Amino acid sequence: MGDILTASFLIGILAGGIRLATPYLYAALGETLGQRSGVLNLGVEGQMLMGAFFAFYVTLQTGNLWLGVLAAMAVGALMGLAMAFVTVNLQAVQGISGIGFYLFGLGMSTLLFQMLVGTVETVSGFPPVRIPVLGEIPVVGEIFFRQNILVYIAFALVPIAHFVLMKTTLGLKIRAVGENPAAADSLGVSVSRVRYITVTLGGILSGVAGASMSIALLNVFQQNMTSGLGFIAVALVYFGGWRPFGVLLGALLFSMVNALQLRLQVEGISIPSDLMVMMPYILTIVALVLTTQRVRSPSALTKPFERRA
Amino acid sequence: MKKHSVSQIIDGLLPVFATLAALVVGAVMLLILGKNPITAYGALIEGAFGSFNSLAETAAKAVPLLLVGLGICISFRGSVTNIGGEGQMVIGAILGTVVGLNLSGRPSWLVVPLALLTGFGGGAVWGAIPGALKAYFNVNEILSTVMMNAIAVQIMNYLLRGPLIDPAQAQLASKIPQTAPLDVAFRLPRLVPTRLHLGALIAIILAIAVYILLWRTTLGYRIRAVGQNLDASRYGGIRVRQTVVMALLLSGAFSGLAGVIQVYGLNYRMITDGSATGFTGSAGFNGIVAALFGQLHPIGTIPASFFFAALLVGANKLQRVMQVPSPFITGLNGLVVVFVVSSDIWRRRRQRKRQIEATQTAGSELSLTAEPGV
Repeated sequence: MGDILTASFLIGILAGGIRLATPYLYAALGETLGQRSGVLNLGVEGQMLMGAFFAFYVTLQTGNLWLGVLAAMAVGALMGLAMAFVTVNLQAVQGISGIGFYLFGLGMSTLLFQMLVGTVETVSGFPPVRIPVLGEIPVVGEIFFRQNILVYIAFALVPIAHFVLMKTTLGLKIRAVGENPAAADSLGVSVSRVRYITVTLGGILSGVAGASMSIALLNVFQQNMTSGLGFIAVALVYFGGWRPFGVLLGALLFSMVNALQLRLQVEGISIPSDLMVMMPYILTIVALVLTTQRVRSPSALTKPFERRA
Repeated sequence: MKKHSVSQIIDGLLPVFATLAALVVGAVMLLILGKNPITAYGALIEGAFGSFNSLAETAAKAVPLLLVGLGICISFRGSVTNIGGEGQMVIGAILGTVVGLNLSGRPSWLVVPLALLTGFGGGAVWGAIPGALKAYFNVNEILSTVMMNAIAVQIMNYLLRGPLIDPAQAQLASKIPQTAPLDVAFRLPRLVPTRLHLGALIAIILAIAVYILLWRTTLGYRIRAVGQNLDASRYGGIRVRQTVVMALLLSGAFSGLAGVIQVYGLNYRMITDGSATGFTGSAGFNGIVAALFGQLHPIGTIPASFFFAALLVGANKLQRVMQVPSPFITGLNGLVVVFVVSSDIWRRRRQRKRQIEATQTAGSELSLTAEPGV
């Protein structure tokens, strides 16, 4: 207990926090794109589970980690396309259809695991990559620059997502469709096409989020291994005010809390683990109370668009 | 008029068609798994309707769906998306079970109603929290109810593995997360010599009560008004915030009751398997689907719950007969949710078409009567 605040302890938590932020980042950045265009995809958790399983299974079979990532992206894209079809063409209630996709992903990933793998197996996941020079810096190097490749990509995606949303024509279209689809439509922007693109991209990123857990962070697949992380990622989008850098802040806050909690358990601090697992959810609600007061959600969020003749 | 009612029957059957479509996709999945889908679905139908016993089993399974669905009718009519049925069921069940365990040996006519009321109240609190957060802090209720589900499940896992664990289990290595059994006297009486219990009757009576609440009381009027037009309601002097809280509170209360009835009517103790839906069997989610099946009408939700329960009971049989692992049912359940929600578009389109036709006929009648005067 006395040495709890030593340097190595803190470095351990910070480095762990950076690593754990990865799945949140992929999932929440993808969800940001979708929500900015007006689609609330509550099926992220299901997409992540499917991504996690396929990445794990393909890696187990081929030994190729990148094929694993590709498989996760493919299954995420398929589920994203299905979600887009249901919300855009069939105009289904978004919250509930998302729950449907969640149950589907939860059931199917477990089923496939039981039928195709069966026992507990591990893969050797993405190894840490020490960035030359930067990785040698004391403390900072240890925290930031000795992570695996999926971590670096996740963090690189933050400015990329920001750039796409704020500085490109596609980003402008996405925001227009999410704020005022009728106006965007009258200017010749295809609302459905934009939403198809964002929701499918969101699915792909959720798939990678799952892969980052099963072949980079934990290197195993377990039933329901995401345990609510996908739902928290959806909340992070609200928390981050629908902005990539806001999402980054939220993801770091949550992952640091998670890293601290894991570390305290290792240190043998006696708080029942069920109650510790509860903390992120309570934190999410508190965070939502604090943030939704000041930021406005995209006007067309959860509202299907139909052209009026 | 007659054409109108035929049209409404078709609307009512839409979710059935949607479910059939989902089952077709499920059949393809079974084929991929190397199972014969015809045998599989034969087992499903037999499992749900094949005998008096299986019919009663289906009815028993329908009870929590109906109760949760009634709550959903209330909240969705008020445009409040309550996805927190899972957590509300859990909290209601925990509190109701604690009452029963602590009042062991007392007369059942006192304890059982008290336990049911406690469960009702527990669910109400668990629903009122996201309701208040939405009304006063503008927190999206979809997200907060999902979070409240996760919190409730963790509380349950903690209690059933720790303070509330069955003393007999605490001795064993297996440590199944369950409480001690309730007094035999506390069990809800059975309606017929099957597993169908008094809860079914309670649920049907409450369906009528919810109908009266929604269409014959001021509160119900307010909830529906807020659901249909928020700004107009506010302008009309309805206290929107209180109404939103009430809608979620009542919605949660019915789910809480569903949870406690699950304990007193079926399991006679609270038991889970450590997974997120271990206690509820996803009834908190499926109740939403049942209510949508019933077009958010409390009376329509009665047959809808029965139908959906049949699917679930039959699916269990399918799983046992075909030896498909049980997660298949969860996946199939998800597909049904997606398909049913998606099918609603045809109902809305037909409704709009009927409205347009109605205004057109009304318009032409008007012009006919108006003409002679011109």
